[in-house]
Amino acid sequence: MTTKLASPGAPVTFNQETTHDLELTVRDLKLWYGENQALKGIDLDIYENNITALIGPSGCGKSTFLRCLNRMNDLIPTVRTEGEIMMEGRNVLSKEVDEVALRKKVGMVFQKPNPFPKSIYENVAYAPRMHDIVPAGKEQDELVETSLRAAGLWEEVKDQLGSPGTSLSGGQQQRLCIARAIAVQPSVILMDEPTSALDPISTATIEDLMYELKKEYTIVVVTHNMQQAARIADYTAFFHLGEVIEYNDTATMFSTPSEKRTEDYITGRYG
Amino acid sequence: MSQSLDDISRQLKKRHRKSARMKWLSFGALLLAGVFLVLFLADMLIKGLPAFQQAYIQVEVNYSERASELPLAAVEADVRELVSRGYLRLIPNRMEANPDLLGTQRMEWVLADDEVDQYLQGADSSLSAKHKAVVDRLTEAGRAELQFNTGFFTNGDSKLPEMAGLASAAVGSVMLLIVTLAFAFPVGVMTAVYLEEFAPDNRFTRFIDVNINNLAAIPSILFGLLGLAIFINFFGAPRSSALAGGLTLGLMTLPIIIITARAALSSVPDSIRHAAFGVGATRWQTVRDHVLPLSMPGILTGSIIGMAQALGETAPLIIIGMIAFIPDAPTSFTQAATVLPAQIYTWASMPESAYVERTAAGIIVLLSVLITLNATAVYLRKKFEHRW
Amino acid sequence: MQTDQILMTFFAGVILLGALGFYLGRSKAARTRAGGTHMHSQPDQYAWFAVLSSAGPAIIAAALAAIVLGVLETAFPGWLAVASALGLGAIGLFLGLNRIRPELRARDSLERTVKWVLLGAASVSVLTTFGILFSILFEAIRFFQMESFWYFITGTEWSPGDSFLAAAGREGGGDGAMFGALPLFAGTFMITAIAMLVAVPIGVSAAIYMAEYAPPVLRDVAKPVLEVLAGIPTVVYGFFAAITVAPLIVAVAESVGLEASFSNALAPGIVMGIMIIPFISSLSDDVISSVPTAMRQGSLALGTTRNETIRYVVLPAALPGIISATLLGVSRALGETMIVVMAAGMRPNLTANPLEDMTTVTVSIVSALTGDNEFGSAATLSAFALGLVLFVVTLALNFVSVMMIRRFRAKYAVNNL
Repeated sequence: MTTKLASPGAPVTFNQETTHDLELTVRDLKLWYGENQALKGIDLDIYENNITALIGPSGCGKSTFLRCLNRMNDLIPTVRTEGEIMMEGRNVLSKEVDEVALRKKVGMVFQKPNPFPKSIYENVAYAPRMHDIVPAGKEQDELVETSLRAAGLWEEVKDQLGSPGTSLSGGQQQRLCIARAIAVQPSVILMDEPTSALDPISTATIEDLMYELKKEYTIVVVTHNMQQAARIADYTAFFHLGEVIEYNDTATMFSTPSEKRTEDYITGRYG
Repeated sequence: MSQSLDDISRQLKKRHRKSARMKWLSFGALLLAGVFLVLFLADMLIKGLPAFQQAYIQVEVNYSERASELPLAAVEADVRELVSRGYLRLIPNRMEANPDLLGTQRMEWVLADDEVDQYLQGADSSLSAKHKAVVDRLTEAGRAELQFNTGFFTNGDSKLPEMAGLASAAVGSVMLLIVTLAFAFPVGVMTAVYLEEFAPDNRFTRFIDVNINNLAAIPSILFGLLGLAIFINFFGAPRSSALAGGLTLGLMTLPIIIITARAALSSVPDSIRHAAFGVGATRWQTVRDHVLPLSMPGILTGSIIGMAQALGETAPLIIIGMIAFIPDAPTSFTQAATVLPAQIYTWASMPESAYVERTAAGIIVLLSVLITLNATAVYLRKKFEHRW
Repeated sequence: MQTDQILMTFFAGVILLGALGFYLGRSKAARTRAGGTHMHSQPDQYAWFAVLSSAGPAIIAAALAAIVLGVLETAFPGWLAVASALGLGAIGLFLGLNRIRPELRARDSLERTVKWVLLGAASVSVLTTFGILFSILFEAIRFFQMESFWYFITGTEWSPGDSFLAAAGREGGGDGAMFGALPLFAGTFMITAIAMLVAVPIGVSAAIYMAEYAPPVLRDVAKPVLEVLAGIPTVVYGFFAAITVAPLIVAVAESVGLEASFSNALAPGIVMGIMIIPFISSLSDDVISSVPTAMRQGSLALGTTRNETIRYVVLPAALPGIISATLLGVSRALGETMIVVMAAGMRPNLTANPLEDMTTVTVSIVSALTGDNEFGSAATLSAFALGLVLFVVTLALNFVSVMMIRRFRAKYAVNNL
């Protein structure tokens, strides 16, 4: 694989060769909630078919940053952004890019599982139907099955596709939400603390699943849990007060952090 | 496998158009509701405003011996039909009250007949061409004009539109509201205090709770049947009286007062109750000295809204006979009375066109009172709103 | 004596007794306390104890007397009742004052009494419901003893006209009276249906706009505007329907070659619909707003448009609440009286043409009770039979509506509804 490094002038964030394609490049991203600046110039490269973890203390801007990647922040009227997030050679923050199209391409899984109050089948089939991905009938059934299989849920729910999504356990609900996201065939999946509301066993299942999913999708995950980042992420970015303090491959980040603040955070001095 | 952004955007065009259409459609619905309101208010103003002006004509009144017997004789034959019969009828009384008038002859501004009024307002009038010509002549001579209609606010009901006013209905409404408030406020607040502060969480309490919500949804006309059967037929309260009407509306207003009072009571934080219990106050002392005073603004707001509703209510009052023809204001709670909405209803069914504008004018007055009441409630809520 | 004089005397007497009790009780307690004796409660509490022991029996006795007088009108004259009630109060005052001693737990008995009085007040609303039910039920039963229940429910001719002749004991006089209420039910249904056709689409759409699209400024304006619409008295709507809307409909119908009655069903239906818009929109707005934001975000994050999210996720989730609001609206429309009394016809008419005049249950109740009919006649009592139907139907609708909103609340753990 070729190495595409960041555009000239960008800070050098790696101390070793990378072997991955770029999915998203973020340059000087600034964001305000009204008068309040939450992101103060973020530069970050996100690599295809990798898991990138965003860590940092609460209020550091990592979730806000994640929500910029599919423009979910547009839903908050007071939010203003500057800078660029490049995807397919376009700045997805610009008005020319349709945020609805962007969201189809960049899916999202939320902190708390939020299945729709519909059947398991409908939860998965809903968005593909809106996007007219497959005609109703056999092909749709197949898409639902593939998506549920990819989310590792098929064996558990194949006999109860008609029962409401809300009747599943928390971990199953979250995998249903993942299946729902997969079904629209995105290229990136954003996950906002996807396991923080779950028990340890469900968490382990989802982590295994993420490991499987990165073969096909690029995953950006926000997590509070440093062990989780260490376990699953290929790259890790440490956010603090709206800035990226350090960004590196996970092993390096956790073994030899170059910044004092990163070390303090990962050793638990604050958080 | 994933489509490019451009491909997706192209497919989205139609869906976006649909989305925009939906937004404007729903906005249109809201707009329509607003347009209804504006049209309705404009219609009432156009129909009602003329009633605030009343035609008067200047005629020669001859207080002769004969006029005290036959009032028609007091004015010239050519304008006789143009003067309000209500005015003429009172001439003998005035002559009796003031004997000096006898034998005098004076130019006076007198109330005109409703048809003259309609003609001067430019509305359809059943005046004959001859009379119209007389009115035109009077107008040219400055002897016929529209003046502010004070009688509308000082007179009681009348079978003559030009004499009909709101005064007795207004007095009736006030008396009715006094009874309603005197009944519904204490009972409602006590019920709310019981349910919020004293009641154990048992079946009976839940039953009362469900029952209050049901009561709020019962059609008002059924309260009229209750009032007829209980207050009038059983307890023998006089028909058409403010007492019977006020109690009936009191029962109807009860759920509103209870529901708002409960909300006000439950918004007082428990820390206040705990503080009072902590210094040895009993439950009732706690409620009386701390919880009730703190929730009073909310309770008052709810009561005003309840009163506004009672003021506009008609259906149950028709059932208990409060649509009687009441020319004079009642002086006691047991006398037959009428209320503003009932007066509007009575006028609305009158054939003379002058009553149409009076009905609309009555509506304007009623709506002004209601809007004032509700605005007061909103103001109170804003002013005393506590954020705990 | 006149009723109001009797009441006046009674209230004056009770207030006097109470004031006397307060003053005497308080001074007795204060004297005892000044003597250095430790008392269980505060002087004021003893004072209130004396008030209750005097005014309490008087009020209870008077209430009992009023009920007895209601049942047996000539049992005893009213002034006697007042005199004995006040006499009882005086005896109570004397006994109560005697009981004021240091060891008397006046505070506790006050607390108990307060609780019972409050419970009594809370029972008024229950009594009202049962009062409505029984007062209607009894008269309705009297009606069904005279007329067939089956024909009432299924009969197609309603002409209560000359039933008073039968009540007056004249043979065969009531033969012409027919009490088949089907045309009334049909008229009520027609007008309600028209009203809901106006109110539901406009109300729900307006609620969608307010909850999902409206900028806060517009919301702040629109809410009070809708509240004004809800606060307009029904008699005013009735006038508007009869004077403005009905002639308009007749004119429009004529221009397209249709014949419409001036008391057509369309005018009251439409105006009633306008009246019900705010009920539906405000409840639906609350329900739509309380669908969790997570639902919307979950849908939008899948790349669906606003419209798709609302239609396929938000509205289905809010549906129980919207249905509940609609049912409440239907219940309001069925029981609405003034609009139909003023704008709908008086003629029972079984038709599907909304341009014809037809009458409703509530109109018939009003006309049965405002005429010069003898109270015991079938014509008058028919009002109670119709009232019973109205009561049962609206109660059932309200019940279902409450169940649905409760289900919605349980599903999303929403507490503000």
